[in-house]
Amino acid sequence: MNTLVFIDHFKGNALPASWEAVGVGKTLGNVTALICGSGVEALAKTAFEFGVDEVLLADDPALADYRAEAFAATLSKLAAERTPDLLLFPTTTRGRELAGMAAIDLKTGVMVDVTALEAAGDKITVTRPIYAGKLLTKETCSAKPQIITLRGRAFPKPPQQAGKSGTLTKVPATAGDFPTKVEGYTTSESGVSLADANVIVSGGRGVSNNPALTPPAGLDEKAAEIWRAQQGFALVKGLAESLGAAVGASRAAVDGGYISYAHQVGQTGKVVSPDVYIALGISGAIQHLAGMRTSKVIVAINKDPEAPIFKLARYGVVGDLFQLVPALTAAFKKKMGK
Amino acid sequence: MKIVVCIKQVPDSTAKMTVEGGKVSWGDAPLIMNPWDEYAVEAALQQKEALGGTVTAISIGDESTREALKRALAMGADDAILISDPALGYLDTQATAAVLAAAIKKIGAVDAAFFGRQAIDADAGLVPVQTARLLGWPALTLASVIKIEGANVRVERGIEEGRQIVTSKLPVVFSLTKDFGEPRYPSFMGIRKAARAEIPSWSLSGLGIPAPVSVIAWSEITNPPVKEITCEFITGASPEEIAETLATKILAEKVL
Ligand SMILES: Cc1cc2nc3c(=O)[nH]c(=O)nc-3n(C[C@H](O)[C@H](O)[C@H](O)COP(=O)(O)OP(=O)(O)OC[C@H]3O[C@@H](n4cnc5c(N)ncnc54)[C@H](O)[C@@H]3O)c2cc1C
Ligand SMILES: Nc1ncnc2c1ncn2[C@@H]1O[C@H](COP(=O)(O)O)[C@@H](O)[C@H]1O
Repeated sequence: MNTLVFIDHFKGNALPASWEAVGVGKTLGNVTALICGSGVEALAKTAFEFGVDEVLLADDPALADYRAEAFAATLSKLAAERTPDLLLFPTTTRGRELAGMAAIDLKTGVMVDVTALEAAGDKITVTRPIYAGKLLTKETCSAKPQIITLRGRAFPKPPQQAGKSGTLTKVPATAGDFPTKVEGYTTSESGVSLADANVIVSGGRGVSNNPALTPPAGLDEKAAEIWRAQQGFALVKGLAESLGAAVGASRAAVDGGYISYAHQVGQTGKVVSPDVYIALGISGAIQHLAGMRTSKVIVAINKDPEAPIFKLARYGVVGDLFQLVPALTAAFKKKMGK
Repeated sequence: MKIVVCIKQVPDSTAKMTVEGGKVSWGDAPLIMNPWDEYAVEAALQQKEALGGTVTAISIGDESTREALKRALAMGADDAILISDPALGYLDTQATAAVLAAAIKKIGAVDAAFFGRQAIDADAGLVPVQTARLLGWPALTLASVIKIEGANVRVERGIEEGRQIVTSKLPVVFSLTKDFGEPRYPSFMGIRKAARAEIPSWSLSGLGIPAPVSVIAWSEITNPPVKEITCEFITGASPEEIAETLATKILAEKVL
């Protein structure tokens, strides 16, 4: 089977799920990778090391910033010319929307956010979660090419073999008069991205609940709550730093104004699947579980022994997070030699 | 501004989902407007309030979908259209997009179409870009800030790395995230108006298109295997002792 993989990157840094897609493509046959951007030839070298046979490099100043219309035009034209059996994308913001657009251009469908797949000849059956992971469905596509986006961390990243090479083919960007212009970026407040994180430490409403703290005078009730929560989230971030982890949050914490929406895990936030998920002061509402239930090891600290989060947790501590989190941070620092 | 907002009716997010005989069931859980679409309605109403014009809510669904459309009316939409036809049963995203694009064309002279980020039933997140593609309009997805001046649009949109600031020209498709701001509750007056509203229904022949063909098939729906997890509760004489045991256990999982 011939697979075309879209390599998603930001300013030359590939999102890891792109390499996971290359790995899946390799298990099915030959892999061609498409890299769109400006000054991104170095990525081709990495792609070969992850096992790509041929790289199509559309290196053009017009593709310096991601614009869906310009990328989709280039992608669809190449896919129409090269007639791969399968187009693979990581389920990232860009991957998802390009897959959707390419499906329209190529008159086919998308199997989106897939967590498992099997091939019989050149026909693929995928498995993917629906209803926020409450159900699984098997899916097939009757049109060609088949287009699939793969959920991040659902498939292993292939080994990187230094020095491995392949065929580099330079391709033109498909010129067009696209009305969208990228004016700039505001980057997020640092830290590890939730989608790629091996470890996530998340805080919920409980993080604002430290009665031992006295807020500075003059704050109204809401401001005092946020002030308390920020002291609490400092503990969450401290633990995350000791583990090299990303910081997550429940919707209650986001709606409370404790932390920005970019950190929200759950049905209306991000769906994550880390190796370790540590939930601090989070009750485990069904919409929160929808975003993290596939984590390998879930750890919960909550003062309520009846909190539903414990039903999913491998390890639990019933107790006060304000005492336990600093102690846990210290324990990890000691054990991990930091 | 002539604005369309596309909404879907879905089972409530707390519904317990089961499969019986290959069919999905949500028990007696209520059907609601897709939660993401509330942000789309809110964003559409804010543009109307800033610039004047009308907001029309449209939905493909069966008769019960009138309820979701009524909620949009109660929130402040000017009118609503149900797109309903026996030939519109299960639809994949590109088939849905084909029908919505036809409806938007039929409404005519639309400046902007607002969508939710994704529908919480099939969790696809594809219909907005696919509709945009069929209309030949730019797709400004995952918008958290929208500014329209004349025919010019400026959005901030969420990407993995933060926010991307993009400008474009009307007409466009927007999809909205929660970052946009909380959707309003229906007002008392709005609810009364919605209760009395006549919602017209369009069929495929009214849209002048053949039944769209879905190419994605759901062959087997299952409840995910129940993970047998029994939580091991860690206890100890002091927070330090508990932390020590817990850290040892987590490290022994060899996942760090
Ligand atoms: C349509 C819809 C979509 C939603 N989407 C999401 C989503 O994407 N993500 C999400 O998270 N939620 C979502 N929700 C909200 C969800 O239903 C819950 O309201 C929310 O997850 C609760 O957050 P929480 O666990 O932080 O707060 P709570 O439920 O209030 O839990 C706080 C917990 O902290 C514990 N606690 C308090 N003090 C301490 C202490 N000192 N030490 C230890 N523990 C303590 C308490 O025992 C309690 O269990 C959604 C809801 C709806 C209706
Ligand atoms: N049947 C429908 N009727 C109207 N709008 C829809 C329908 N299905 C999806 N949409 C819109 O498309 C968005 C994304 O849906 P999806 O791609 O299915 O996740 C939703 O949030 C709605 O705004």
